[in-house]
Amino acid sequence: MTDDPILSARGLSLNFGAVRALDDVSLDLWPGEVLAIVGESGSGKSTLLRVLAGEVRPEAGQVLYRDPAGAARDVHAMGEPARRRLARTEWGFVHQDARDGLRMAVSAGGNVGERLMAVGARHYGAIREEAASWLERVEIPRARIDDAPRLFSGGMRQRLQIARTLVTRPRLVFMDEPTGGLDVSVQARLLDMIRALVADLGIAVILVTHDIAAARLLAHRLVVMRHGRAVEEGLTDRVLDDPRHPYTQLLVSSVLAA
Amino acid sequence: MSAATNAVGYNFAYLDEATKRMIRRALLKAVAVPGHQVPFGSREMPLPYGWGTGGIQVTAAVIGAEDTLKVIDQGADDTTNAVSIRRFFARVAPGLRTTERTAEATVIQTRHRIPETPLREGQIMVYQVPQPEPLFKLEPRRTETRRLHALGDYGLMQVKLYEDIARHGRVGSSYDHPVMVGGRYLMSPSPIPAFDNPKMHMSPALQLFGAGRECRLYAVPPYTEVRSLDFEDHPFVPLRADAACTLCGARDSYLDEVVTDDRGGRIFVCSDTDFCGARQAMKEAAE
Repeated sequence: MTDDPILSARGLSLNFGAVRALDDVSLDLWPGEVLAIVGESGSGKSTLLRVLAGEVRPEAGQVLYRDPAGAARDVHAMGEPARRRLARTEWGFVHQDARDGLRMAVSAGGNVGERLMAVGARHYGAIREEAASWLERVEIPRARIDDAPRLFSGGMRQRLQIARTLVTRPRLVFMDEPTGGLDVSVQARLLDMIRALVADLGIAVILVTHDIAAARLLAHRLVVMRHGRAVEEGLTDRVLDDPRHPYTQLLVSSVLAA
Repeated sequence: MSAATNAVGYNFAYLDEATKRMIRRALLKAVAVPGHQVPFGSREMPLPYGWGTGGIQVTAAVIGAEDTLKVIDQGADDTTNAVSIRRFFARVAPGLRTTERTAEATVIQTRHRIPETPLREGQIMVYQVPQPEPLFKLEPRRTETRRLHALGDYGLMQVKLYEDIARHGRVGSSYDHPVMVGGRYLMSPSPIPAFDNPKMHMSPALQLFGAGRECRLYAVPPYTEVRSLDFEDHPFVPLRADAACTLCGARDSYLDEVVTDDRGGRIFVCSDTDFCGARQAMKEAAE
């Protein structure tokens, strides 16, 4: 890991009417690091993710992204064309519901190939080969390359979404509850796969989840959100084994042991 | 066309002058930004949507008494749609000449074809467009497609071509195959056969497109680059039935298949009636 964070947020605040969605939140993410944002529903974790990804503008505060050349760029000041280019090259976004991240009527190969074509790939054979190899990496049989995702199971859709996101080898991926709504056995395989891919490609990930177990498995560091505030932050094992904030203690003690 | 049938009480070419000015203004903008869809206040016309309300308004806005109008529908001058639009303008635009000859026409309103006879400088092609948005089957939100056009973000269209090859083994649609205009805007060429797409490239004629129901105009100025989308390893191929015209023998024109009986009999004939007729006349004269 280098000394400079790939993404750093300072003093983010956002209100939805009388509701404080974000209250003076700051965080840093280093290259290759997996940072989990945990908290209960309504704690502002998804809002934080959308602000960090530049989809929602905060009322106060700043999000800085460090590009490969080392220049710091203000995510909310760069303008839509630049942000979109970033979103389809150096960034990726994995949605909770695969239907938000996939084109359901387009074949699996087309879904994976879309990001390649969006950055200018125009050789059909090469695009298809790259898509097929990515399907295999996420454990989808090559033979299903021409099937549409609506014929896939929930777990396969989520894996397809991950292949589609990682195909351009982004440096930074935002994940919003990637294992939400899946069976526990499917969740376990998906988490395993995400962990292997992330370690393999050295991607920095910001993961939003309410699943403490998923956070422990994937994340290096943890941020605990409550009522729009980051109440605790630290290494995953430290936070989960020795929670300091009363809310974190409650959260950790609420996890059912199987 | 008899002059006695002139309609009385209408302005020249049916539309009032304020409307024509509005359309011309939109057309100027469209010509200035080739391939970009310009909104305009489409008027009710005395024919149903889908029959050429957009094209007829563009024609009405650009035509003058000294012009010669040709109207084709699927390449033919003698189909109902073509005949009625030609008769309509003959009635509401006194002095206007109409023709079936491509070479004589100054304004050609068309549905689904570009004439085989090469166009020349000074001619205006007016296309009837049912759906001006090339991305509409892929992205239903207009706000979003406008943004994609603004950002030049056309990966989505390439995805559709990818799907075509994956399913059918070749690039493209047999008609309405999307084109890039001037290297900037993705444009629907209107439902012309892919065979006609190359005729748009560097055409000496001004090409105007009107979509009445969708209230959009766009244009390709003369000598503008128009490239059909494709892949490096699956280049765009203009499709054509592999046959010769039964009437004139042409092997390089776009053909219609005509079923002649109920026992599988069929012939191929040129879809461009003017082109076919001229070739037949030439052949007869030579004999």
